[in-house]
Amino acid sequence: MTVRVLSHQEMNIDNEDDVVLVRRAVRTLAEARGFDSFAVSALTTAATELSRNVWVHARKGKAFIEEVTDGDRTGIQVEFVDQGPGIPDIEWSMAGGHSTAKSLGLGLSGSKRLVDAFHIESEPGKGTRVRITKWKRF
Amino acid sequence: MTVRGQIPILRIGSTLLASIQVELKDTTAQALQADMLSVLEKEGARGLVLDITGLDTVDTFVARVLTDTGRMARLMGTHTVLVGMRPEVAATLARMGFSMQGVHTALNVEEGLALLARLVGARPMPT
Repeated sequence: MTVRVLSHQEMNIDNEDDVVLVRRAVRTLAEARGFDSFAVSALTTAATELSRNVWVHARKGKAFIEEVTDGDRTGIQVEFVDQGPGIPDIEWSMAGGHSTAKSLGLGLSGSKRLVDAFHIESEPGKGTRVRITKWKRF
Repeated sequence: MTVRGQIPILRIGSTLLASIQVELKDTTAQALQADMLSVLEKEGARGLVLDITGLDTVDTFVARVLTDTGRMARLMGTHTVLVGMRPEVAATLARMGFSMQGVHTALNVEEGLALLARLVGARPMPT
């Protein structure tokens, strides 16, 4: 399956307000592309969790918001990249219920449940890269 | 009415009502929690109502701050009702595995006030 990028937007995550700005950008795009309100909420919430992770754990990073198509359907893909401390044990963090910051530890596991595709790679000391995709339903 | 952070806290009889109409960032949510508990300590209240009708996104951090507020208020002897959650927000939180433990929930402000009246018993609300 080849995914083609239709539009691309890059945002910095350098402070708390940027978390809100990324959330707003994702919501605006999803609404403009006709995602239903449940899908908009799911994608926007996942994007909020992940951009907050960047801010809280790495203090600096980027969000890449893309419209994509696989030929049959269109979707929105958001990638979060930081050069923060990384995640020592992804499996453990993804299992949910383990909080490292002042959250519930549901951020990663919960976000995964909200989207169609979830890809994470992380190396301690190097950083973290998370990519989520939500396809539009017809 | 008390306004310290961005979100005003109204008093209706012996109940405190905060209606969140701004896009919440983490520190705004935490400020509301501190303000609510501070007003509760200074003025007392039979119940708290948190109205989130205006919120189109509630992530786990904000959900946690809201439920924590309820748990803290409970320790101070007061019930909290969370009202106005939109269906898509409820669906999102449920799918993430979040349960609103520590707060009561109701459909809207009116139902929330009615629930509080039942929770604090048939005692007349002081004016």
